[in-house]
Amino acid sequence: MATITTVVPRTRRGVELVLLVFAVGIVLVAYANVGLAVDGELPPSMVSYGVGLIVLVGAVHLMLRWKASYADPVMLPIATLLNGLGLVMIHRLDLAEDRSGGGMAARQLIWMTIGVAICLAILYVIRDHRMLQRYTFTAMLVGLGLLLLPLVPGLGKNINGSRIWIGVGSLSFQPGELAKILLAIFFAGYLVQTRDSLALVGRKVLGISFPRARDLGPIIVAWLASLAVLIFERDLGSSLLFFGLFVAMLYVATERKSWIFIGFVLFVAGSYLAYLMFGHVQRRVLLWLHPFSQKALEVSDQLVRGLFGMADGGLLGTGLGRGHPDLTYYAESDFIVPSFGEEIGLVGVFALLLLYLIFVERGLRTALGVRDGYGKLLASGLAFTVALQCFVVVGGVTRVIPLTGLTMPFLSAGGSSLVANWAILGLLLRISDQARRPAPAIEPTNLGLDDAPTEVVKLR
Amino acid sequence: MNAPIRRLSVLVLVLFGSLLLSSTYIQFVQASSLREKPNNRRTLLENYSRQRGPILITGKPVARSVATDDELKYVRQYSNGELYSHLTGYYSFVYGAGAGIERSENDLLSGQADQLFYRRVVDVLTGREQQGASVELTVDPAAQKAAADGLGEQRGAVVALDPRTGAILAMASNPTYDPNELAGHDLTTVQANYKRLLADDDDPLINRSIQALYPPGSTFKVVTAAAALSSGRYTENSVVPGPAVLDLPQTTANLRNDFAGSCGPNDKVDLTRALQISCNTAFASLGLALGDDAIRAQAEKFGFGDRIGVPMPVAPSIVPADMNKPQTAQAAIGQYDVRVTPLQMAMVAAGVANDGVVMAPYSVKTVRGPDLDVLDQAKPQELSRAVDSSVADQLTRMMEKVVESGTGTRAQIPGIKVAGKTGTAQHAKGEPPHAWFICFAPADDPKVAVAVVVEDGGKAGNEAFGGRIAAPIAKSVMEAVLR
Repeated sequence: MATITTVVPRTRRGVELVLLVFAVGIVLVAYANVGLAVDGELPPSMVSYGVGLIVLVGAVHLMLRWKASYADPVMLPIATLLNGLGLVMIHRLDLAEDRSGGGMAARQLIWMTIGVAICLAILYVIRDHRMLQRYTFTAMLVGLGLLLLPLVPGLGKNINGSRIWIGVGSLSFQPGELAKILLAIFFAGYLVQTRDSLALVGRKVLGISFPRARDLGPIIVAWLASLAVLIFERDLGSSLLFFGLFVAMLYVATERKSWIFIGFVLFVAGSYLAYLMFGHVQRRVLLWLHPFSQKALEVSDQLVRGLFGMADGGLLGTGLGRGHPDLTYYAESDFIVPSFGEEIGLVGVFALLLLYLIFVERGLRTALGVRDGYGKLLASGLAFTVALQCFVVVGGVTRVIPLTGLTMPFLSAGGSSLVANWAILGLLLRISDQARRPAPAIEPTNLGLDDAPTEVVKLR
Repeated sequence: MNAPIRRLSVLVLVLFGSLLLSSTYIQFVQASSLREKPNNRRTLLENYSRQRGPILITGKPVARSVATDDELKYVRQYSNGELYSHLTGYYSFVYGAGAGIERSENDLLSGQADQLFYRRVVDVLTGREQQGASVELTVDPAAQKAAADGLGEQRGAVVALDPRTGAILAMASNPTYDPNELAGHDLTTVQANYKRLLADDDDPLINRSIQALYPPGSTFKVVTAAAALSSGRYTENSVVPGPAVLDLPQTTANLRNDFAGSCGPNDKVDLTRALQISCNTAFASLGLALGDDAIRAQAEKFGFGDRIGVPMPVAPSIVPADMNKPQTAQAAIGQYDVRVTPLQMAMVAAGVANDGVVMAPYSVKTVRGPDLDVLDQAKPQELSRAVDSSVADQLTRMMEKVVESGTGTRAQIPGIKVAGKTGTAQHAKGEPPHAWFICFAPADDPKVAVAVVVEDGGKAGNEAFGGRIAAPIAKSVMEAVLR
């Protein structure tokens, strides 16, 4: 686990600043582009918008210089670019839909501010990510509570057939987005304590060592919980996300392929059961396999409309502001990638996907670099959840998997999603600071010991 | 733990690789087939983002695209929509370019035609908004109005041609419809209107002048007479049998004259008088004497069987093949399975008028690019030589007699010689006959040829005769052109 660094690491904050200037520049050019294409003039809000963006990401940059100077220099610029481009597209759709008074873009900017504030708070308050390990079971309780919150009568809201929202007054919130982070914190804490028993004890069958029946407990619990989300909240995407996150972290913790195998079998079995039992799952599968059939079009043409948009964009796109992404339902949330596909083309979609890929790989790189097991688990879990969410969303709109309702990290309109992803960014930046910081000159007596609390591992 | 993290990052690569592949498949491989899917509204929107060229009659637009505020940037507007609907057709964002010039000249109107390619390139480079070409029609508004007014509430069709060029001066079909009802942007209204028009028993969407096939009745006697005169065995004064009742060979059936009498003394009649009083028995026996091949060949010289476009596609008129004797006798008077479009009968009249030369009919006079330079100008073309000029002269004199003192006197125009032929075509037992009239004027210097059909006798019902119902309509159309 411990790495020995021979080169003197640099903070790379200057690189981050240059990349941030690029990110904000691209966003402002895109914003001007939309204004010119739709109204024929530069958007009047451009200055205030630009200043707002610079203040927000500048604050994070300064906080990093102050409190986490060795943090990864690439993640914040990527998040800035994605969040900014999302704002541009949401603004562009506001114009198309004639949503007056700033519309959804203004609301998104407010949520971004909240998200950035939480990111700053995380960087300021959490000096060492290992302190989160103290809240392992608190995180589990709160996470599960948040997950099941939409089921509370009077609080939960059914939107588009899924019950993943809670509404208080006019505000609605997807607690699952925050639950995702809390569950990653719980999984990391739980697995780092129990990994030895999960990893070392078991029986070999056909070259793969399987865990003991009693150690199967956690994966069964996670499986049942994700099935519950699927069944009671009718949320395919989230259930796939939680289960995938858990299996991946279990695998990282134990290095046992059997967990992947078991997880895969359980996932397929669960999906097939759900397909047999539930009409809404069958409809999703029909829409996935035969979206253009008459039967499917009678159910919904939202996938088809997204596909038409992407096809219209082709290789190079219609140009920002020159397509008709407003013809697609949820063009600013679940379908924001087809909206981009229409206006900036396949080339643009590739660029966006590569940004996410770099973001995720930087997260995994952080997991490789950090010295403690807890940090490794947490960073790989958080990074993987971003990857999995991208896959579920983009895979859904491009027919790799059935369409489910999830938002694209940083890009889609939606407060809970944006806040959660800025929180994830804050945590990853904090861990990466630890990962890249030169190892402190340590007393020989401490050599090879983690700072993590020791545990009694019961083996029978 | 580093090994599984590395493998996890490979898995992430695979996941993103599949997304790159799937988006490439949609945006590159499948893109054009997706764009062509019928329910793809973006493709329609793109068509509506260009200003479609107008359709003009004597310089005034009867169809034009007007800018709107909604997401379809232009809406098609038809002035005098009902009067010109069968010429213009309709352009609907639900049903596309439907019927008429809108459909036949869609490439030019939409600006996608090859002739406009160079201009399109220039427009793209200069950033100018693309526009379609304008299409000017040959129609004479006065004649069109006279035709429509003449038909009034009656079902039927009127076609007027300039016999010297083939230019269509009037093309009316009743009942008609308002193309504005199909051009609007309100989906449900447009769909409801279209369903209503489709369900209408009177078929208002059908352009009867070129799409409907009717039995021509006695107007076909002009073709039979032309065949007889062209055979060289007959002149306008030749005497033929014209009994009250003609015994059809090989059958027990008989053929009678409408007026239930003999056509002349000793059951004999000359050709001119036979046409003048529309003697069935005389033309039936003439048909028997000539044979079905001669009649069919003559009809084809007038354009029967041709697939022509004006530019709207015209249903070919038919003289059936391999007719036996009684069938030939009936075909000679425009019955049995002889079927014609009103345009075809106008071409018969025009061919006689134009010294025997049938000109190819057309309705598009000029096509102009968005900056008004002429892209295409109609050049009158000979379709065929139906009869030689002496036969044409004789037919003209015979048809003059019809109007002067025969069955067609209601088509007389003071001071102008009119040549014509009536028809009263039975088409189903117990149904009132279709009333026909074909004619041209002035007979000595023809400027207009007209065919009129009024279905089921129009307002006159069972009392209908071509001379009574159809001739006055033809007269008013001729007057409108000549005035």
